[in-house]
Amino acid sequence: MSLSWLGVIPFLGYVALFLLLPTAIIAWSAFVGPDGATTSNFGKLTRTDIVGAFRNSVVVSAVTAVIGAMLGALLAYAVATGNPDGVFRRLVSSACGVLAQFGGVTLTFAFLATIGPASFTYNFLQQHGVDIYAGGYWIYALRGLGLVYLYFQIPLMVLVFLPALDGIRPQWREATESLGGSTWHYWRYVAGPLLAPAFLGATLLLFANAFSAYATAAALINQGGIIVPLQIANALTSEVGLHDIGFAAAQALGMIVIVTVVTALYSVLQRRTSRWLQ
Amino acid sequence: MELTRLRRFDRARPLVLVAAAMALLTACGGTSTATTVNAAAATSVSDFGGLSQLVAAAKKEGKLNVIALPPDWANYGAIISGFTAKYGIPIQSDNPNGSSQDEVNAVQSLAGTKRAPDVLDIGIAVALANTNLFAPYKVQTWGDILPAQKEPTGLWFQDYGGYMSIGYDSSKVPTISSLQDLLGSGFRGKVALNGDPTKANAALNGVMMASLANGGSLDDISKGVDFFHQLKLKGNFVPVQATTATVKNGTTPVVFDWDYLSAAHGKDVPTWKVFVPSNAILGGYYAQAINKQAPHPAAARLWMEYLYSDEGQNLWLKGLARPVRMAAMQASGKIDATAAAALPPVNGTPVFLSDAQATQAKTYLAAHWAQAIG
Repeated sequence: MSLSWLGVIPFLGYVALFLLLPTAIIAWSAFVGPDGATTSNFGKLTRTDIVGAFRNSVVVSAVTAVIGAMLGALLAYAVATGNPDGVFRRLVSSACGVLAQFGGVTLTFAFLATIGPASFTYNFLQQHGVDIYAGGYWIYALRGLGLVYLYFQIPLMVLVFLPALDGIRPQWREATESLGGSTWHYWRYVAGPLLAPAFLGATLLLFANAFSAYATAAALINQGGIIVPLQIANALTSEVGLHDIGFAAAQALGMIVIVTVVTALYSVLQRRTSRWLQ
Repeated sequence: MELTRLRRFDRARPLVLVAAAMALLTACGGTSTATTVNAAAATSVSDFGGLSQLVAAAKKEGKLNVIALPPDWANYGAIISGFTAKYGIPIQSDNPNGSSQDEVNAVQSLAGTKRAPDVLDIGIAVALANTNLFAPYKVQTWGDILPAQKEPTGLWFQDYGGYMSIGYDSSKVPTISSLQDLLGSGFRGKVALNGDPTKANAALNGVMMASLANGGSLDDISKGVDFFHQLKLKGNFVPVQATTATVKNGTTPVVFDWDYLSAAHGKDVPTWKVFVPSNAILGGYYAQAINKQAPHPAAARLWMEYLYSDEGQNLWLKGLARPVRMAAMQASGKIDATAAAALPPVNGTPVFLSDAQATQAKTYLAAHWAQAIG
């Protein structure tokens, strides 16, 4: 009997411990109420503010994923077509390595200290007739959250998309041109289809990255639980007696379902875009 | 490593001694029943036969475990050292910045060990939810505590607190003389709560105070939610939790918070003023409770007697917290007049949320708060 399956055990163990087990625990607790088994935790998901939080979470994640993917791809393209040993490439890739992990309280602090309502920049601009908060403090709303998220979304896109761009060989472009193709033909029939699966995959990663972000939002917006992770935190830590572990688990399960749906859509898309490769 | 082992050994030895002493005590109990007191079952000082016997029993235990008492909060630093100086009983103060829920969690997870907290200082909601963990006890000054501020058998009793107030930086906003002022244009982007009211007790009381001032009642927080909705529409509400930092840097120049916490901002912002509307004086108090399984039951009871003595009450007052016996001590002239004069002025009759009213308020907030300020 072959023992080749032994090699996969560490991977399966890892997946079981860090992916399947937590998911199972969440699923289990979602069906437990104060008086035993119940499905009432899911009934509360239809509350207006919870529905709103799910909508906000999806919107802010999708928008920052798409914008981050486009801007990040452009920056990565600029890096990939430049000198492979140049200062620009080294500077951008190491900066992105740092900035992609720059989140949470420190990132929020940086934003509030720079353009927050008590910041030097804002007060300076205001004294010179420019009020960036004339319509209200948008920094504490979904738009502000999106802006802050882009700060780690774009660098992350550069990091994950750069290897795909590096795989594109200049010879392919030359081949296109020698066969009489234009730049449009090259992007439409050669580079585009080659990069599409990687681009979609990276966009999905950005979506999940923003969807699960908690610390940044918690440090920025302390009221109302505008996205799902904040609502889950409210349900877990309320000291006024609204803490409800089952409901928190039900919301977490809702997030898992959304990510599963998005991942399924992604694999369908990817299968279609990579069909010609076979 | 050596050091750790040595320390562990050192810690273990007194335990052995205590165990031996207790065995000896129990043995003695067999011969002279009159002097033996089950401290864990004592519900008042008379069960010990008087305060001096309680002191003796506490000294015999030789230690007191407290939890979640920040030294700069309500003057606890001075209270802890005052207790040790007076009775010679050292205090082990764990997790000073913990929350009420942390205290209850420690009682449960350390149950039966010598490290479990003996006494708790907790919010009312947490106290009400965990009465099965407490031992009933009535301090000597029990009669000075209003009936609404204690559990009838003494499972918990309120200790200190204050009134919901509006603190503001008078150099940044106009003078506030009523809640309606906050809807004015001078308050754009300036009004904040101390947290999310579906999560933090201080914020819930802030919304309740706004409700009282706008025609609501303790049974009806909706007027307060409407008021904050108006603030939001005018662009006056800032969705930021007010902290010492946000007050200092000017992000939150107007804050709904307990007066004793708000008054402390005066140290950082000299122009900080505290306003308690006379038509909405909402009181909020913390509560003391004794752990049912306290490892030092007599010391725990002595701590309570100390806190509720004139001395203990005046120490809280020096930390700007209003001690629960304040009215009685003002009547008897035992109050520290200088410390009392430093408190923000309050004119009118205070009201307090009952358990049922708090439950009703939080249920309403859960359903309506996010939309009101979203």
